Amino acid sequence: MNGENISFWEKLGKIDRRWIFLIIGLVVFIPIAFGLRMTVHVSPAVKSAYDTINSLPEGSVVMISIDYDAASMPELQPMLKAILRHCFDKNLKVVLINFWPLGLPIGNQGLEEVAKEYGKVYGVDYMNLGYRPGDIAVMLRMGTEIRSVFYGDIKGTPLDSLPMMKNIHNYDDIAVVVGLEAGSMGDAWVQYVNARFKQDLILGVTAVMAAGVYPYLQAGQIKGLIGGLKGAAEYEKLVNHPDFGHIGMASQSWAHVTIILFIILGNIGYFMERRRKRGL
Amino acid sequence: MIEALSIWVAAGLTLAIMSFLYGDNPVYKFAEHLYVGYSAGYWLIYTWHFTIKLMVIQPIAEKQPGAVWLVIPLFFGALMLTRWFPRIAWISRWSIAFTVGIGAGLTLTGAVHGYIIPQVKATILPLWTGNGLTSFNNFVIVVGVITTLIYFFFSKPHTGVLGKTSKVGILFIMVAFGASFGYTVMARISLLIGRLDFLWSSILKLVQFF
Amino acid sequence: MLKKQIPLAITFITGVIIVVTFFIPHPPFGRLQQDALTWYSVIFGFTMLLGVDSLVKFHYTKLRRREKGWWFSIVFYCGFLLSFITGVISEVRFGDAFNINSSFMYFYNTILIPLQSTMFALLAFFIASASYRAFRARNIDATFLLVTAVIVMLGRVPVGYMLWHKLPDLTSWILNVLQLGPMRGIMIGISLGTVAMSLRLILGIERTYLS
Repeated sequence: MNGENISFWEKLGKIDRRWIFLIIGLVVFIPIAFGLRMTVHVSPAVKSAYDTINSLPEGSVVMISIDYDAASMPELQPMLKAILRHCFDKNLKVVLINFWPLGLPIGNQGLEEVAKEYGKVYGVDYMNLGYRPGDIAVMLRMGTEIRSVFYGDIKGTPLDSLPMMKNIHNYDDIAVVVGLEAGSMGDAWVQYVNARFKQDLILGVTAVMAAGVYPYLQAGQIKGLIGGLKGAAEYEKLVNHPDFGHIGMASQSWAHVTIILFIILGNIGYFMERRRKRGL
Repeated sequence: MIEALSIWVAAGLTLAIMSFLYGDNPVYKFAEHLYVGYSAGYWLIYTWHFTIKLMVIQPIAEKQPGAVWLVIPLFFGALMLTRWFPRIAWISRWSIAFTVGIGAGLTLTGAVHGYIIPQVKATILPLWTGNGLTSFNNFVIVVGVITTLIYFFFSKPHTGVLGKTSKVGILFIMVAFGASFGYTVMARISLLIGRLDFLWSSILKLVQFF
Repeated sequence: MLKKQIPLAITFITGVIIVVTFFIPHPPFGRLQQDALTWYSVIFGFTMLLGVDSLVKFHYTKLRRREKGWWFSIVFYCGFLLSFITGVISEVRFGDAFNINSSFMYFYNTILIPLQSTMFALLAFFIASASYRAFRARNIDATFLLVTAVIVMLGRVPVGYMLWHKLPDLTSWILNVLQLGPMRGIMIGISLGTVAMSLRLILGIERTYLS
């Protein structure tokens, strides 16, 4: 009997990994196909981000930085949409900026889609600066004058011909910057723009980066933190507009449970094997 | 019609990449090479439009103030291209030296002013605040930072008090790695959710077309 | 002299200029720092040309020698030409290849987005497989890592709340307190390391980039 158990665990340890792939694929796919939903609870870090934007007076300017591309789109695009909904709902002005050239069309698609929902007018309620290379140089130059780097918007329209841009020149005219980050630009926003210009910041980051951003939050270098798809789902809940974050939460939950079961199974097999080897 | 075709292409390419899960195969290799080729062309257009046209040609053509100084990066950029000629490839070191100097200067000021000083400041926390939980939390943060730094920075043998402190440090570090790993799993699953949701909605859209 | 001393001098001068201009942000110094950073981007653009050139040459050699899998190099060229030609056409037609209505952006949406995002999505499968095969509680250190990972995995998704309603709070505490100290310690360590390396580069002690 014991021998049979051991060989079972040994066999289980050497299972073809394609079975694991299939299980994970199904666990993620089934909740999407059947439209399963779960209740989302809001964490203090996301609430803090929401409160920062919520406390802004009508007409304040929020700059949203698109620092991601297609690879992290499922995590950060829902954040962008939820934040845009919050801003437009509160009649805040939105300025989009891009530091990842591959994110240029993605950010613009999200902006236009949400602006249409709220009937907002380009150039009056929102605008897109587009992309300029130079990363930190661009960030620093905007500290004195946005026009010194962005001569026009994403379509080449001169900034002064857009009504909302008439009084927006530098960080003094921007209430808060929201960085949606899949790489090192988030650090640059904190270390150069917050440190030098005392600009209020909120970071929305991919889950991979989230654990490393908490020190910024505790140090007060950022006002709020939205981490991964769950963070996006929390923000969606706060703005009362469930979207892709909520669609993904059931799959996310059951995939995590499945991976934890894999870890437990793998460890049981490991300890059974170790006991067998010690017994020999 | 074009929309349906776009969905077919995008969904087909998604499945082609996913076929790698079964094993390396020509369909995956096709998609992989298409990806690399398309990206190479994309970056060439990117370099032309954003770097050469917007950062060099436009400022010079519009006689913007300071445009004359662009001769400096053009000079160093041209030197970078000497790597195409092995006999004079060493000249490209001058350009590399220029970028290394700027990178080093920027990192130095950014790291000290933007990270080290504010983060050290934020660690100098009161160990008694009048509230038991806050005091405990502050204590945990301070101990976590100090023991981690001790684990990394003391080149003396980790024995005695130092050994015990660094042992506490490594346990803290393991907790940090565990949190990062947990979040990494979350990130990877989210990306898969994105693709499978795309595939499912593509199927639903294509069904509507027929 | 030309091969060693001049590059070292260039690094020293540019590095010192950037540091000095940080402390004197007023004109003309503040402007100089921003200009230097713009120049950095222009030079970086030239390195991009080198990268693309080496990739194109690699596939050309593969094709010419009819190496194994040579026909995939034809696929590489098809992808390359598709983005390059549509990019040039869009640049001429719209004056900006990155215009949302351009054919360049159409193919970006149809080809690059699915390819790139699926490449990264594959990692979900591999992390699941690695969790099963390699994530072992071999000793106390690994156990700490494993337990924290499991708590974070459960506590950051809705199912964690269903299992135990205090689990999200415990996870928040781990993220805001328990892991914050070591994370900060690691990051301060890395920052100190980069500061030391930057100083070594500016002062010419570190010269490996010249080899």
